Amino acid sequence: MNQLLFFSLSALTIISALIVVFTRKPMYSVLSLIACFFTIAGHYILLHAQFLAITHIIVYAGAIMVLFLFVVMLLNLNTDSDQPKSGKLRIAAMIAAGMLFVTLLASLKATSFGEFAFPAPSDKGLVQHVGQRLFTDYLLPFEISSILFLSAMIGAVALSKKEKH
Amino acid sequence: MEQTAQMVPLNWYLFLSTFLFCIGIMGVLFRRNAIIILMCIELMLNSVNLLLVAFSSYSGNSDGQVFVFFIMVVAAAEVAVGLALLISIFRNIGSTDIDVLNKLKW
Repeated sequence: MNQLLFFSLSALTIISALIVVFTRKPMYSVLSLIACFFTIAGHYILLHAQFLAITHIIVYAGAIMVLFLFVVMLLNLNTDSDQPKSGKLRIAAMIAAGMLFVTLLASLKATSFGEFAFPAPSDKGLVQHVGQRLFTDYLLPFEISSILFLSAMIGAVALSKKEKH
Repeated sequence: MEQTAQMVPLNWYLFLSTFLFCIGIMGVLFRRNAIIILMCIELMLNSVNLLLVAFSSYSGNSDGQVFVFFIMVVAAAEVAVGLALLISIFRNIGSTDIDVLNKLKW
């Protein structure tokens, strides 16, 4: 059952990620990236990280991708404006990515990670446990990330404001 | 016994996230539209997130999940600033093609 779920979710993830890269229209890329994020949230649930799955859907599919969708519509990019690179560069990109994949796979095969058993259902991923870790051991990074958000918000408003002439 | 035969090995998650990361790299090298390059960077961040969650869940330690939480925070901030930069570039140049933005190349 778990294996079946893993294979179907992985196939959907990889297919939608490939659509993101290879489709010509930016709108289709955004929509298939949303599908990819939903399948990754499914993987999180399969790994018993339920709180993270919900947060992933809310933050990525709900906030980040809506931002992408708005920008694609605002810049009116859906007309087939994105000409692909020339053939030589495309082949070079494919060869470079393929060589990186082979290198990473070879180094992963040569590494031993020790014996990890498939996790039994636990409450480690529920909001109670993660929240306790977040507000005790990781309290300082949590507060600093709020400052990061504030500066990102100010930066985004200042950058996208129209300049006065 | 049947339950143990149905387990998902950790290696499969390693292969899946390596493959997703390489798809993201290929997209960055392959496409010319800066928005799609940002989306491919998001894809790479997500493959790393998936690997962190897999290791955290397999080792029974929830530190990895907290790290993923912080990566999501930084990714959200990065996307907001990056898209604001893209909009301002589009206003000045009228294009988000990275081949047009070659003033700083070499």
